[in-house]
Amino acid sequence: MSKTRRQVLRSMAMGASIVGAALLGFFPVLKQWTKRLRPPGAIDEREFLAACIKCGQCVQVCPVKAIRLGDIDEGFGVGTPFIPARAQACDFSCDALQCILACPTGALSHKPSKKEEVAMGVARLDRPEACLARQGKGFQGQARGAAHAGLHRYAEIDRWKAIPVADHPYDLEICDLCVRECPIKDAIALVPLSADPADRRRTPVVAEACVGCGMCEMICPAEPAAIVVDIRRQWRTG
Amino acid sequence: MGMLQSLRVMLGAAPARPTACTLAAQAMHDAKRQVKGAERAREIKAAHAAHKTNKWRNIRWATLIVVNLLFVVSYRFDVQLVEGALTASRVVGFHFADLNSALQVMLAYKTVLINLVIGTATVLVLWWLLGGRTFCSWVCPYHLLAEIAEKIHLVLVKRRLAMDFPLHRGTRTVLYVVFAGLAVVTGYTVFEAISPTGIVSRALIYGPGLALIWVAGLLVYEILFIRRMWCRYICPIGLTYGFVGAVSPVRVTYSLENCLHEGDCRKVCLVPHVLDCTKKSYAEDMRVAIGPDCTRCGLCVDACPTGSLRFEVKGLEKLL
Repeated sequence: MSKTRRQVLRSMAMGASIVGAALLGFFPVLKQWTKRLRPPGAIDEREFLAACIKCGQCVQVCPVKAIRLGDIDEGFGVGTPFIPARAQACDFSCDALQCILACPTGALSHKPSKKEEVAMGVARLDRPEACLARQGKGFQGQARGAAHAGLHRYAEIDRWKAIPVADHPYDLEICDLCVRECPIKDAIALVPLSADPADRRRTPVVAEACVGCGMCEMICPAEPAAIVVDIRRQWRTG
Repeated sequence: MGMLQSLRVMLGAAPARPTACTLAAQAMHDAKRQVKGAERAREIKAAHAAHKTNKWRNIRWATLIVVNLLFVVSYRFDVQLVEGALTASRVVGFHFADLNSALQVMLAYKTVLINLVIGTATVLVLWWLLGGRTFCSWVCPYHLLAEIAEKIHLVLVKRRLAMDFPLHRGTRTVLYVVFAGLAVVTGYTVFEAISPTGIVSRALIYGPGLALIWVAGLLVYEILFIRRMWCRYICPIGLTYGFVGAVSPVRVTYSLENCLHEGDCRKVCLVPHVLDCTKKSYAEDMRVAIGPDCTRCGLCVDACPTGSLRFEVKGLEKLL
């Protein structure tokens, strides 16, 4: 076999390997190995992966560092932003949807102009048996323990700066953390389980205003969280 | 070499010996044939070797490291000079978008936002002015890693522990079309999933991840089997910037007069086909501008014993 012929065959093999390696990125996407909670404004998942230029500008502007970037095990999702709500939720500390404003390609759509218009998902009481309020229990201490690194802005402490959740212990007669720390008005309420005034049991009820920011999921003291966000679920579709 | 021919060479065609040259160049070629200058050539090379510096390489490495550190420092210390990563960023508030990443997004998403247009246009003008593939050797962090890998490769080859199995340079052109097509057809930015430029840039800024294993694998492969595989034969980013820099004012220029034609420049060059004019009797004119595939890295400028290769800004001499 001539030298040139060998070179051309080698080149074709290498080219095919490179394209093949790139196309492996399809699997995690098609199989939805890791379903991710996307930042506010994220457009439809398929289009989101196409539109995102993987620069991480949204990561940089987030005051609570809620946004992380996907790794190569997410295939085409490598370098795309997501919010690991249990570890660090979006609590809209920035007030102005900074991540949306930072996005250069429209992967985070400019359509939502305030936090109430965001639609990342909808919260759902996933493990009612673990919910403290449903057992009529209160809560004392650090919501997620001393080791939890999550940040949250407590307006009554500092209107402008988020502090570690671990630095803000609670003393609650009935645990209402998911309702208390929800950044969206009327998105979640605590409702008595019975008409009996002596019955202390309450249950969190999610309402249509919920945007799926994940704050309730992060703050929930049950382990794992009793309340979680259903990623990308819309209220109307149930 | 005409513009079309040099673009063809960038896309993978073998550089051909020019059939005609200017009278002055012909006279110089003839004169050089008469002179038996081996002794003198040895003296010149020895003198250069004694004073050889890596001036341009050092300036370039410093630039590359500073640019990438600006991204890191801007984020880590919240300086907000250069926000984002190499794929897209804001430089003191102005949108910048890597041309190839922007192209992938436009092809896959099929919607173009004004911010992306601004960012792309800004970068287009910037790299047109600075020379297109200048991005590769002066900014791309993978280029620096690959340069180090290349040094290891050359040492191993010398000791017969590795071999270079070069690919056809047309591979990059084919892959360019394939990746552009894949973006359109699949609707995903397929190339970005494996782009070591994006991966290394993000790893520097946002912290390392599993994706670095892919990059390490590429480097090992380059060390053992194919010298500068990614940059030479694969990377579509390089080709995108090659097109942009095709008519750039910043370039390396070759001067025929003092050249010894011994090819020291071609030995250090990432894209030696652009230096074909330095072969004996190949130059078409007394001065030849090096083609669009040149990354303006300056290794040949440092390596040339006679100062026949120099950086030039077109039109600057006339202005000064």
